[in-house]
Amino acid sequence: MLKNYFKIAIAVLRRRKFFTFISLFGISFTLTILMVLTAFIDKVVNDDYPDKKRDRSLYISHIELRGKESMNSSGLSYYFLHHYVTKMRTPVKVAISSGYSSTNTYVNNRKIVINYKYTNADFWDVLDFDFIEGKPISRQQIDNADRVTVISEDMKKAYFGNDDSPAVGKYIEADNVKYRVCGVVKSLPITSYLLYSDIYLPVTTSKTKLDADKGYMGNYGAIILAKNTGDVSKMKKEYADIVAKLPIPGKEWDHINSHADSYLEGYVRTGNENSSGVAIAFGAITIFALFVMLLPTLNLINVNITRIMERSSEIGVRKAFGASSKTLVYQFLVENLILTLLGGIIGVVLSVIVMYFINDAEFIANLDLSLNFTVLAYALFTCIFFGLFSGVYPAWRMSKLNIVNALKA
Amino acid sequence: MIRLQNIEKVYRTNTIQTLALNSINLDIEKGEFLSVMGPSGCGKSTLLNIMGLLDVPSGGTINIDGQSTISFSDKELAKFRNQKLGFIFQSYHLINDLPVLDNVEVPLLYRNSTAKERKTLATAALEKVGLSNRMKHFPTQLSGGQRQRVAIARAIVGKPEVILADEPTGNLDSAMGNEIMDILLQLNRDDGTTIVMVTHDEFMAQKTHRLVRLFDGSQVQ
Repeated sequence: MLKNYFKIAIAVLRRRKFFTFISLFGISFTLTILMVLTAFIDKVVNDDYPDKKRDRSLYISHIELRGKESMNSSGLSYYFLHHYVTKMRTPVKVAISSGYSSTNTYVNNRKIVINYKYTNADFWDVLDFDFIEGKPISRQQIDNADRVTVISEDMKKAYFGNDDSPAVGKYIEADNVKYRVCGVVKSLPITSYLLYSDIYLPVTTSKTKLDADKGYMGNYGAIILAKNTGDVSKMKKEYADIVAKLPIPGKEWDHINSHADSYLEGYVRTGNENSSGVAIAFGAITIFALFVMLLPTLNLINVNITRIMERSSEIGVRKAFGASSKTLVYQFLVENLILTLLGGIIGVVLSVIVMYFINDAEFIANLDLSLNFTVLAYALFTCIFFGLFSGVYPAWRMSKLNIVNALKA
Repeated sequence: MIRLQNIEKVYRTNTIQTLALNSINLDIEKGEFLSVMGPSGCGKSTLLNIMGLLDVPSGGTINIDGQSTISFSDKELAKFRNQKLGFIFQSYHLINDLPVLDNVEVPLLYRNSTAKERKTLATAALEKVGLSNRMKHFPTQLSGGQRQRVAIARAIVGKPEVILADEPTGNLDSAMGNEIMDILLQLNRDDGTTIVMVTHDEFMAQKTHRLVRLFDGSQVQ
């Protein structure tokens, strides 16, 4: 039976080549957009370099002061993290780092923009950077405020050139200070904005005095690491309790919001400290995906209905010889799924080509999109959804055709 | 085999009501070859469609092989047609996208038969109508007479007890028409298949066992 449906599906596709082209173009183009988008989200969300211990980590990156008429939101101060977070009982490590700042430097009359980030010693224990050369900044070096740095592979090439000679031991100048390179790590894409930087410096070498400002707000964030995954919720609660007991720093404020979030919550929290942005982000992506799929789906429904009218004689014959309405709906859905899966295969090929060009053009450095099983699974799911959704109504209409009228048409 | 009692068919629109069949009573015996004649628009095809359970009468009862079919559901009707009835249409109604063999297999798709069984039965049906050498051809590659023979093969492949033929020779020249008529007569004679044939051709009708004439929806003979 399926073989028969397959034969007829292929024959119908070949009969009206222009309709087939429009349908396949609509499906494959839509899938290409969705697959590239999925690959991008998958890369951003699921690529766990260098924070491989995400399952037992929580991210603290924002604090918000809220009053009746005003609101102030930013990163946290080093004082706050040092004074409150490092004193928490549940975490075994607290990785503190600043947001990245930019400075210009000149090498052989060539301007280089360097993004730098200050880190504490736990930062190198919590995160698993791939070291191409050298080693992390040690606790001793941080305590001594040694002017050392770990740089990214891209910065090594930009600053020292493409030769293979080691960078460790050489000096790099940033913000008018010379730092000795102690390690080179695999570069991160800028989409990993919590951890991305060109060079990583000891927090003790910061030009601003770390404990001078006793306010809560600043340019720092922390990753707190639990001993095991079971302790994560305990750690979250402990932080929530700390925030709840924080003295409110001024009459204009009446509430403080700050959260220890999972990676995903922390990534998508869109400035609203009252609720995590996961639902909003998921909703926005779903609406976008549905909207992108809507036009080709409507087009496919329309084309399908036209095709059904062309095939009324066949429908009449099949019904006369014993096909029930249910069987015909099944046949038409199978045919439509064949069409959409064919569109899906073309879409996968197009996606590979588009991803190749995106990666090659380096729109976002170090963000290599790829077609992995997750993306393929989403594509397959989308194809099936597409095939069923665009086929159900035409199939239902077809199955309700009166036999005598169908044979007369 | 087929008993029609007080069959009526009325077509209604917003402004007009047309009586297509008026109180038709007809008994067709098992193994009988009956022809239905009458001028265009007299209700011959409507009667055949009602007999074949392709259309629903406005009134009356239909009994086929001892079963009243009036209260059958869509699924039951589909199964009944598949098991008991075969159809031949004036304009063949073959599926042009499928080769001859697949066209003949269509009724068997809706039974629990394997691909091998379907192929064996369809091949045998095509041999019976003398088209075993055209199995892989597509309908558009065949002459009118050959297409109608494929349609006959499709009608008989499931070994139905009744064949309903709506002007099977209507689109054919006399030589091809005679060929088709010979096949139908042979089916009736050799296999005992009950055949009801609508025709305009008096000469063809004379070859059958009995002739029923309709005029303006009523049976006049």
